[in-house]
Amino acid sequence: MIYDIRLTIEYVYRAPVAGGRHVLYMTPSQASSQRVITSLLDITPAPDERIAMTDFFGNTAVEVAFRAPHAEIAFRLRARVERIAPEDKPDISPALPALASELAGLRSLAADSPHHFLADSPRVRAQPEFEAYARAQVADDKQTVCAIVASIGQALDRDLTFDPGSTNVDTPPEEAFAARHGVCQDFTHIMIACLRSIGIPAGYVSGFLRTRPPPGEERLEGADAMHAWVRAWCGGATGWVEYDPTNGIWVKDQHIAVAHGRDYGDVAPVRGVVRTSGGQTSKQAVDVMPLGET
Amino acid sequence: MSSAKPQTGPDAVTRLLAGYRPLPGVSDELLDAAGAVRPAWRGFISHVAAMAPEEISHRISQGDQYLRDAGVFFRQYGDGQAERAWPLSHIPVIVHESEWGTITEGLIQRADLLESIVADLYGSQRLVMEGHLPASLVAMSPEWLRPLVGVRPRSGQFLHFIAFEIARGPDGQWWVLGDRVQAPSGAGFALENRVATARVFPDHYARANIHRLAGFFRAFRDMMNDLRGDTDSRVGILTPGRLNDTYFEHAYIARYLGFMLLEGEDLTVENGQVMVRTIAGLEPVSVLWRRIDAAFADPLELNEQSRLGVPGLVEAVRRGQLAVVNALGTGILETRALLAFMPRIAQALLDEPLKLPNIATWWCGQESERAHVLAHADRMMIGEALSTRMLFDSEDRTHLGATLAERQQSLSDMIDRRGPMLVGQEAVTLSTTPAMVDGALTPRPMSLRVFLARTPRGWRAMPGGYARIGRSQDATAIAMQRGGSVADVWVLSDKPVRNETLLPSPAAPYKRSRRVELPSRAADNLFWMGRYVERAEGLIRMLRAWHVRLAEAGRDDTPLLTHVRSFPGFHDADPTSEAPGALLAAISAATASASQVRDRFSIDGWNALNDLAASAQAELGNVSPGHASARALGRLLHRVTGFSGLVHENMYRFAGWRFLSIGRSLERAVNMCEALAWFAAEAAPEGALDLVVEVGDSVLTHRRLYAVATGRSTVIDLLACDANNPRSVLYQLAEMKEQVSFLPGAQEADGMSELSRAILKLHAEIAVAAPEDIDTARLMDLRADLWRASDLLTQAYLR
Repeated sequence: MIYDIRLTIEYVYRAPVAGGRHVLYMTPSQASSQRVITSLLDITPAPDERIAMTDFFGNTAVEVAFRAPHAEIAFRLRARVERIAPEDKPDISPALPALASELAGLRSLAADSPHHFLADSPRVRAQPEFEAYARAQVADDKQTVCAIVASIGQALDRDLTFDPGSTNVDTPPEEAFAARHGVCQDFTHIMIACLRSIGIPAGYVSGFLRTRPPPGEERLEGADAMHAWVRAWCGGATGWVEYDPTNGIWVKDQHIAVAHGRDYGDVAPVRGVVRTSGGQTSKQAVDVMPLGET
Repeated sequence: MSSAKPQTGPDAVTRLLAGYRPLPGVSDELLDAAGAVRPAWRGFISHVAAMAPEEISHRISQGDQYLRDAGVFFRQYGDGQAERAWPLSHIPVIVHESEWGTITEGLIQRADLLESIVADLYGSQRLVMEGHLPASLVAMSPEWLRPLVGVRPRSGQFLHFIAFEIARGPDGQWWVLGDRVQAPSGAGFALENRVATARVFPDHYARANIHRLAGFFRAFRDMMNDLRGDTDSRVGILTPGRLNDTYFEHAYIARYLGFMLLEGEDLTVENGQVMVRTIAGLEPVSVLWRRIDAAFADPLELNEQSRLGVPGLVEAVRRGQLAVVNALGTGILETRALLAFMPRIAQALLDEPLKLPNIATWWCGQESERAHVLAHADRMMIGEALSTRMLFDSEDRTHLGATLAERQQSLSDMIDRRGPMLVGQEAVTLSTTPAMVDGALTPRPMSLRVFLARTPRGWRAMPGGYARIGRSQDATAIAMQRGGSVADVWVLSDKPVRNETLLPSPAAPYKRSRRVELPSRAADNLFWMGRYVERAEGLIRMLRAWHVRLAEAGRDDTPLLTHVRSFPGFHDADPTSEAPGALLAAISAATASASQVRDRFSIDGWNALNDLAASAQAELGNVSPGHASARALGRLLHRVTGFSGLVHENMYRFAGWRFLSIGRSLERAVNMCEALAWFAAEAAPEGALDLVVEVGDSVLTHRRLYAVATGRSTVIDLLACDANNPRSVLYQLAEMKEQVSFLPGAQEADGMSELSRAILKLHAEIAVAAPEDIDTARLMDLRADLWRASDLLTQAYLR
């Protein structure tokens, strides 16, 4: 499926800020599951520095710097991306004890190594409540890791209410989980915490979701802004799989990935936002249409 | 001094050490196993034994006086941010150079090993791939900084200045307790300990062959300057600021080595080059000795919560335009669990065993290690695997296994549940060294911090260091958590040592070092310090005038006192009850500004300011209105003018002094405009003119010049228009005009700067004005113009 993507993120500061430096994770990534046809990021005012960079996890990012005082910034992305749905394969993933020994024998710190995704990360920390919840979703010690991922994802989709406005980008997962409310970022952080707590390496994917569903299907939650979902490691043979807990589905061809990391902090669309005493407002608009529908 | 005859010889030593009893099963630095004084200590102990007890205590108080005068203090987090007196234990720890040689040989091997490990972890990762280090341990460390993976440091090396904490075990063997590479502190304190201890034992220090420290610091300074390469750029020390517990040391060492002391907000990054904001614009910095943890160095790519760092710093490192000492990411070497793998890594990387063993450690992330720790818990300390704190850090959460083992179940639960987060470490015992406790030498446990710097010819160890002395007889390492004191470390040679100093020798041709521009933040603090001190002085004079008249009138509702009470300069504060608070606030604001520029401010000046703050608290505390208050304020006025005199007479006319001076002149001119506008107004009551002349410290001058009673025009003439009266507005404008002309950019290509023009214009206006033309409205306009000049100064230099 080929999509046309438009994303606008704007900041308006009440008092002009003296200058600033940002790292942007906004452009779709090139991967086996998706092919970037075009991708253009337009920034106003024009930054004084603009550097393309590749981060540790292999994501592409743009670093920009402004030297002159400014009261507004707008980032506008226009991209065309082909998304390829992964093939349905039989579940050959191991059970939890076998996953643990596989991990113990894995001597790698390469970008894709699951070791990066098991310990606490700045925004996702181990808590007993996540472990208790995760354990309750595991049928027995023979259940495969892939099945456990789906089972935890479905449970969260069932038990948590999607509720824009109940949380913000800095809400800790513990808080959102206690209230059983949140947006895609909270669903994703909570699921990552649950998976890690029982030894399944898990990370955060940010990206886009098709705005309008295919005819006859239900509209997915989280299409009005940038979206987030989970990636989990199900053993060497299966590798990484992606699950969207906000909608309770495996990721197929309605999701377009921008970047992945340990949690939101690694891939926030705009890093280095200036906090001014005068305050600020921000706006985000996303439009993801299959080619031909635009 | 005592009249007792100096005693010498073996008898005196016997008497001195009569009560000195080393602990069973613990090594002692002073006495060997047979109870004899070790050779390295003999000269020193005979010297001390020959002194009368009163002389010893007199000498000790001289050392302490030096530390107070030098302003050495430390600050503890969570301790009301109070500065504490430096806890020097006056008896040095003495080590013979042959033994020291063995120690440093082992530490140099370890330094090379640490360099290889960190280069591997940020490079080819052979240690992980070959199984010498578990991948999961590295991956879960918050000190392994992913944005730095694959980045080679500009200099080619990650480590340039490191420290080790070492201790001697019961068998006499030295052990490494921990590696300090993130931002090792203590080298500056070691210098101060040396100066103070040398003052306690000056004659002995001068003739005993004790290695000097300056050569080490010179080598380090040269290395840092060399790291700049052939660029025209600066070396800076990046400090978290004055609230940090070791800020004193940062300021001290910056002054000692001649590096700029910088905070994150002093710096910005342009096209990958770190720049310092100075009063003359941006200037490049290519070497930073960081005293902040790496994660805080760049909020953009590292810890996003950091307010101490510089956005873009990592990019500057990546582009090879900045050398950071030690490199960002080296903090992972402090991870406690790493100690468990050091012996094996030494074999793998160096093909040799560790020359100095480190404290035996087991990481509970592995099955067999976990079992070992459980089985031997009674001889273990159980602590956090990822901790980078030292064992004796008061915030460390290490426990003796023996206390946990009593609850056997809880320990095995804990290890089961949190294994990978825990280490077991052998519960080591330290050696003891003599400390003076209640006038008698007493054994106290100690550990040493030893510093190493990289030079073009390899690692060089500081011949000396920094000893921590325990506060009780408990010699277990963990007991050091309870704090204690510090001592100098003397490395004794059999041959005469070179007497070195970092000061240039008088014989060498004198070279003035290149001009380094003043950072804008330092200029800002000096400017405001000047303003606050002057504000305090103005308030003192006004309050004294109030209390004098209150005493004369015996009541506070006379027309004059009512007029004084509503003086706008009091901002509606009642002069008796509330204005003293405003005065204290001005003084503490001045102290706060001064404390941010301690590296540029003389110790005498700092002490005078602190004396002023202390006496203001005391004088204004509980004093009755009228005469008593007036007298107290008079005493305070002496202090404040004493401070101003010190600054004015003794401070070199650096750019920093000019900002201080401009701040003072500006504040004085503004205050005088305000006072004249109020007290020389048409409607002001009888006595107001005399009062403002008194506040302007010009009573005698007025009498001499005019020989008539005060009138509006004579008062305005003297306090606004007189070019020779240091209290007049015109005089202050002339001062500002002069100082501003020395600032960078005062003369621009197309003429004068906006600030110079503004001040010149004000000066010219007042210089030609007749006293009659200067009415209240004109004075208020002038005051507003002065504020505008202050804004122009801020825009041009202070941001």
